[in-house]
Amino acid sequence: MDLREKSRQLLENGDVKAVIGYERGTMGARRPAFIRKAERADRLVFDEACAQNLATYLTRPEVRKLGRVAVAARPDTLRAILQLMAERQVKEENVLALAGDGTVELGTAQAIEEHLATCAKELPARDREILDRLSRMDRAQRWAFWQAELSRCVKCYACRNSCPMCYCGHCTMDCNRPQWVPVASHALGNLEYHMVRAMHLAGRCVECGDCGRACPVGIPIHLLTFNCEESVHLQFGQRAGASSKLDYALSTFRPDDKESFIR
Amino acid sequence: MADNFFLPQASLDTLFAALTGDGRRILAPTDRDGRTELNPVTSPGDVAKDYLQTILSAKEAAFPKVERLMSFSTGAGSVDLKDAEPSAVPTVLFGIRPCEASGFKALDAVFNWDTRDRFFNARMEALAVIGIGCTRKDDACFCTSVGGGPGSTSGSDILLTPVEGGFLAEVLTEKGKAMAALAPEAFKADPGLEKKVVEVPVAFDQPGLTKRLKDRFEDGIWVEQSLRCVGCGACAFVCPTCVCFDIVEEADAKGGHRLRTWDSCGGHMFTLHASGHNPRETQAQRWRQRVYHKFSYYPERYDMLGCVGCGKCTRACPVDMNLQEHLAEAAQA
Amino acid sequence: MTDTNIYLPHLMRIAKITQEAPAVKTFRLEFMDAAAAEAFSFETGQFGLYSAFGEGESTFCIASSPTRKGYIECTFREAGRVTAALADKEEGDVVGFRGPYGNRFPIEQWKGKNLVFIAGGIALPPLRSVIWNCLDLRDWFKDITIVYGARSVADLVYKDELKEWEARPDVNLVVTVDPGGDVPGWTGKVGFVPPVVEALNPSPDNTVALVCGPPIMIKLTLPVLAKLGFSPEAIFTTLENRMKCGLGKCGRCNTGSSYVCKDGPVYTLEQLNSLPAEY
Ligand SMILES: Cc1cc2nc3c(=O)[nH]c(=O)nc-3n(C[C@H](O)[C@H](O)[C@H](O)COP(=O)(O)OP(=O)(O)OC[C@H]3O[C@@H](n4cnc5c(N)ncnc54)[C@H](O)[C@@H]3O)c2cc1C
Ligand code: SF4
Ligand code: SF4
Ligand code: SF4
Ligand code: SF4
Ligand code: FES
Repeated sequence: MDLREKSRQLLENGDVKAVIGYERGTMGARRPAFIRKAERADRLVFDEACAQNLATYLTRPEVRKLGRVAVAARPDTLRAILQLMAERQVKEENVLALAGDGTVELGTAQAIEEHLATCAKELPARDREILDRLSRMDRAQRWAFWQAELSRCVKCYACRNSCPMCYCGHCTMDCNRPQWVPVASHALGNLEYHMVRAMHLAGRCVECGDCGRACPVGIPIHLLTFNCEESVHLQFGQRAGASSKLDYALSTFRPDDKESFIR
Repeated sequence: MADNFFLPQASLDTLFAALTGDGRRILAPTDRDGRTELNPVTSPGDVAKDYLQTILSAKEAAFPKVERLMSFSTGAGSVDLKDAEPSAVPTVLFGIRPCEASGFKALDAVFNWDTRDRFFNARMEALAVIGIGCTRKDDACFCTSVGGGPGSTSGSDILLTPVEGGFLAEVLTEKGKAMAALAPEAFKADPGLEKKVVEVPVAFDQPGLTKRLKDRFEDGIWVEQSLRCVGCGACAFVCPTCVCFDIVEEADAKGGHRLRTWDSCGGHMFTLHASGHNPRETQAQRWRQRVYHKFSYYPERYDMLGCVGCGKCTRACPVDMNLQEHLAEAAQA
Repeated sequence: MTDTNIYLPHLMRIAKITQEAPAVKTFRLEFMDAAAAEAFSFETGQFGLYSAFGEGESTFCIASSPTRKGYIECTFREAGRVTAALADKEEGDVVGFRGPYGNRFPIEQWKGKNLVFIAGGIALPPLRSVIWNCLDLRDWFKDITIVYGARSVADLVYKDELKEWEARPDVNLVVTVDPGGDVPGWTGKVGFVPPVVEALNPSPDNTVALVCGPPIMIKLTLPVLAKLGFSPEAIFTTLENRMKCGLGKCGRCNTGSSYVCKDGPVYTLEQLNSLPAEY
């Protein structure tokens, strides 16, 4: 039994309307594949090269309309699904995660949480290398590093549109009354965009790195949201994607919060 | 007819020095921070060594991602307009590929088909292209399917093709001659060099595709193909021929600027009305627009294609929307 | 060759503001530059891009008739950033205008014909230009009928002109408001535009119909006209696709291969039938 066989069964039995998985793409890459008919399931692959966070599709209107779907889920995808549940964007009964080798059915939030407890989260080597470099820099050098990187941004929004947690139908970037952030991709427009996005993902980023992976000009933009997520973790002791019942750290008051101003 | 020369590798120094001495900026592919990008360079040593293409296209040399169209100052009951002068620095684009060099024609078609766009034209006038033919390709390339080729001279003022010890230099235009004349000693007599470029197989029947699109508008193929598309602007922004733009305003109480920025037909805001009505509501409609614009509307309106087959969109797409593959599928019966 | 800046607007002084209906205003605009005023001309059906400096540009048709010289008028509804900023302007303030852009109504081809104008809601402005143009050339045409519907009496625009048209013996004006939109003393009709047109039963013989309105009104009116025997080439309408340049360059206003800013905004139903419904 593998993911193909599993998908075939699920589609044939009508358990799900579609399987969102991966197929072989250009130059050895893996890319998302939407399988809606059992006979197309043999396109699917599920291996180490499958990197993208497919949870991003779960909040699209086209996918919502389908009903229950199965998702080939790497640990990051599972975390994103839990976080989407916590934010009431995805209903438990509408997704079936296919984890492990693609045959492990995780149909409930609880099952996903239990499965995740067995997966270690590791930072990719390239990220570690950049973070090491950044940690050796002083504030001015870090500022220069990010300025140089952000000057490359063309505001294509591939980062936002690939992010499973950037699901807002009317993103701040698309608002023009008021125009919170300049549309143009100049120094200020780029900086404000990425600051706002990082702030909006603090306590919500599941650290999948997909935004950085999506960036056509190679900006390690995910490290900004990682950083915000990390600081929420340090201050509030919780991580996005850990549970389907997570309260949003930045808008939840608890009597034991260390800030006293609100009491 | 082109004038052919031998340009020894070592003579590039002379050529670069002559071009910069003439007050020209040289933009060439560089390999900084592990990325192949166009940057100003002064010596051939700065140019990337073993590159296929830059990530972004050369279009920014004539159509930058942001430019000012005008400025204004506002006072009580009055407005002063200030026309914007295009900043057209004399520039030589060195080392871009033949596909991208020919991309300027598709931009020109839109910018000048009816009224003339001063900003684009001023930069084009100040621009000269020294292309380099391709000895390497990847799976995203399909120039030969859209009327181009790895040795195509279209769009270049001088086309260099790598040969033993240097380049075969085809001096193609008046602008090319003017550049060659700045460094006559760099251009040696052509000993009868063979122009050898990589072979790029034809992937699909383009005239057939264009014809097929005529009655494929309502086909389910666009929904199927676009399911994974996330509707970003990556494909359009890296594309040497994508010309769609937005006009935005930036101002404070005293005045401001009107700017032109790149835009993408793939984004959901592109055609959205203030009322919420959207003529291209779904990603499938927007993906179809991309394909039709380049392969149906362009041929119909400008008698050329809106795609040069460079493959940048395929390489840039976060979800690997392989254009060549999708076109081949659409070309089929 | 030095090109001019095609994106540079003319500066216009707001000579007069009329509050037509809630959130709907008409501006009368005069060129601040005498030479620009002298050089300017337009034809009915064309549109322009109007600037509120600091906010941006918005597309409105030129709602006045080319036969009325020395000014242009636009009527707009507050819908977003630019229209809200325009709505805040006062008489004497300065705005921008680029145009005229787009094609036009081919009125000279309608000589000797009957004209039926059908408008709904805020969509009277594009028809108002051509109505006045035709009224100013009244002897070119035979019967002129105007059917205009709005949600409520308060939403009717050009109230003074409606009175004027009503009083003219050479115009047959039918004004209707949606059920529930009437007020005590309302003497016009009550009902939606399509059934009102059907009841009016205009003859399709030697007649041109012009229809402008919200998509739903157009959608329901066209079958009525077809039923009455109007042929697709005798029915005209205008499209409103989002625009930025108005010059056939920015790439967003197309419906299929037709650029609404260049090949439109005026289309016959016959033309629309041959285009994809991307509007
Ligand atoms: C040919 C044509 C003629 C028009 N004539 C009139 C008219 O006479 N009176 C009138 O009230 N309205 C008219 N409209 C619609 C009008 O352009 C929009 O309502 C207006 O642009 C909204 O702009 P905004 O900046 O206030 O809204 P925002 O939401 O802030 O606008 C954002 C952007 O979308 C564009 N946009 C939003 N809605 C539309 C739309 N429906 N059509 C086109 N572009 C849109 C705006 O220009 C702007 O670029 C016309 C549109 C077109 C294309
Ligand atoms: S911000 Fe980046 S890393 Fe975090 S969830 Fe979104 S795509 Fe993943
Ligand atoms: S994907 Fe990269 S270039 Fe595109 S908006 Fe994000 S950071 Fe900028
Ligand atoms: S095709 Fe790819 S690059 Fe283009 S909009 Fe879709 S996801 Fe973005
Ligand atoms: S559509 Fe893609 S392949 Fe064609 S010119 Fe643009 S980037 Fe290159
Ligand atoms: S409005 Fe820009 S192309 Fe039509």
